[in-house]
Amino acid sequence: MTQSGYATERETTEGRVFTVTGGDWDTVTGSVDPLSNEKIVVNMGPQHPSTHGVLRLVLELEGETVQEVRPVVGYLHTGIEKNLEYRNWTQGTTFVTRADYLAPLFNEAGYCLAVEKLLGITDQITERANTIRVLFMELNRISSHLVWLATTGMELGAISMMLYGFREREYILDIFEETSGLRMNHAYFRPGGVAQDVPESAIKKIRDFLVYLPKKLKEYEAMLSGQVIWQERTQGVAVLDVTGCLALGITGPVLRSAGLAWDLRKTMPYCGYENYEFDVPTATTADVWGRYQVRLAEIRESLKIIEQALDRLRPGPIFIADKKIAWPAQLAVGLDGMGNSLEHVAKIMGQSMESLIHHFKLVTEGFRVPAGQVYVAIEHPRGELGVHAVSDGGTHPYRVHMRDPSFVNLQAIPAMAEGALLADVIAGGASLDPVMGGCDR
Amino acid sequence: MSIAPQDGPQPVGADIDAPAQAPASPQKGMFGITGTGDVSGFGGLVRRRPEVVGSPKPYGGYFDEVTDALEEAYPGFADAIERVVVDRGELTLHIKAERIAEVAQIMRDDESLRFELCSSVSGVDYLNSDARRLHVVYHLASMTYRRRVRLEVAVPDGVSVPSVTSVYPTADWQERETYDMFGVVFAGHPNLTRVLMPDDWEGHPQRKDYPLGGVPVEYKGAEIPPPDQRRVYQ
Repeated sequence: MTQSGYATERETTEGRVFTVTGGDWDTVTGSVDPLSNEKIVVNMGPQHPSTHGVLRLVLELEGETVQEVRPVVGYLHTGIEKNLEYRNWTQGTTFVTRADYLAPLFNEAGYCLAVEKLLGITDQITERANTIRVLFMELNRISSHLVWLATTGMELGAISMMLYGFREREYILDIFEETSGLRMNHAYFRPGGVAQDVPESAIKKIRDFLVYLPKKLKEYEAMLSGQVIWQERTQGVAVLDVTGCLALGITGPVLRSAGLAWDLRKTMPYCGYENYEFDVPTATTADVWGRYQVRLAEIRESLKIIEQALDRLRPGPIFIADKKIAWPAQLAVGLDGMGNSLEHVAKIMGQSMESLIHHFKLVTEGFRVPAGQVYVAIEHPRGELGVHAVSDGGTHPYRVHMRDPSFVNLQAIPAMAEGALLADVIAGGASLDPVMGGCDR
Repeated sequence: MSIAPQDGPQPVGADIDAPAQAPASPQKGMFGITGTGDVSGFGGLVRRRPEVVGSPKPYGGYFDEVTDALEEAYPGFADAIERVVVDRGELTLHIKAERIAEVAQIMRDDESLRFELCSSVSGVDYLNSDARRLHVVYHLASMTYRRRVRLEVAVPDGVSVPSVTSVYPTADWQERETYDMFGVVFAGHPNLTRVLMPDDWEGHPQRKDYPLGGVPVEYKGAEIPPPDQRRVYQ
């Protein structure tokens, strides 16, 4: 038993004791020169204020230089796609909206467009419903970009930017609350239209916001763009060119910051985006600075779209006319959020039994969707949001997959960070604008 | 609300304590009723799942150009492409699993195809309706021509699919997710580990025979069963 390479043993009063030496550990430690080798492995996250939620990065550092970085995700996996399969198609909106919580209306829009394409009713969505969708998606894009500015500012040392960004976002959330009853997770877009009409008071607030935000944008630029620290932290940091972006599947502002004007609103329009006049901002620097410039410019373009959408907003139905799909109830915002309007309840309970049956069938069972599969892609604030929906002909989704841009874009972190400094990992990761709710779903 | 115990078979789902039939396979029956408790007649209904059939040529739009260009550039076209389906304005090429990496390479590199971006890779489990139950679906986008195409492969459980990561590096995490959720093994993937579920998780959650795993919830004195055990109206 006492051959070399095996543990030695000896008898004591307590019993037999083995002396364990770990293989060739001594030779390994002996060969490392502690002065020339400073390689350490640092685990950053999942609970770290600079990793945008529960993202975990395993970093191999040599001094302050990142040798290797491995992103680890999945800490916020909530099984949204699986849950959808156990609810009817309309209920799906309440689930998908919770995926990317900074852009809930985009999740809803992608899902609803997919269901509508499966049903073959894309052309029947009313003009007003489409305009409201565009209006709210662009408001949501601004609020998402504002959170990006806020959190990135904070991570790079501009704390006041964080306060300003969240302050302006609050304004948009008030508009959402006024319309859908909820600040986040609205379930406002439904297959066939939108849950309810935009009140006049919200329109007025949007008009005020169009005047209010441009002034604030100037303030942000005055505060950040000329700032030497901000420039040093962003310029030439985390560079990823077009080739790298396409290979890694990176879309959205990151791809546009590398110079490719690929925006699905222009290249493969949906919801009537082809009728709006706006530009696709690009940069050529392909770094964090470029992404900052692109996002600021996108906020301005979104304001242009919102203004046009307000002008296009004509009175009319907000839901598809087909009674086999349209939600039977008139919804109303009450004190505790959105619910059935009292008038509708009085009608189905007191006057029309057929209305009651119709309501019951559509609400409990839902509508059937012909078997087949579709893929719908929309321009999310972070890139391409794709929804692959499969129906088996029933009232529940058979399978829904969300191609979330946060999930795909996070793959770029090693390409951006390896060989750079540890501090640039934060700037590079932030410039991707990952939202873990969307990434992990 | 509890029904007094009776002799003979109980209507499933009529009592809160008796879990309703899980809608694992929504082909048979309605209202979640199975067994003999059914007096409605709906329990005997069998819904057929429509067969996927190939579309006849011409496909219309750019679909003919894409298939023709692929046929020209790829000598194994007739062997590799099982079926071409055009549905709802989308083109789907059903491809033999072992050929997917070759086809992806041609789709990316050929001058007249140029599908530079692999938008999405995901899985669908067609349990009970396809002997090759696990399907992997690739959505490719051509930025040059502004086109989209879907590639679909089908494998039975336990058969691997060649990885397309060497063609589209973006498929790395997406293939990992498909492996994680469906148990499809991608041969040649550099690091095929779970990505969303914990590393030591057992089973593949998005498979149709994997339960939702909900717990009953008590609300105002009544117990509401988890969603996969509720009575469902199909």
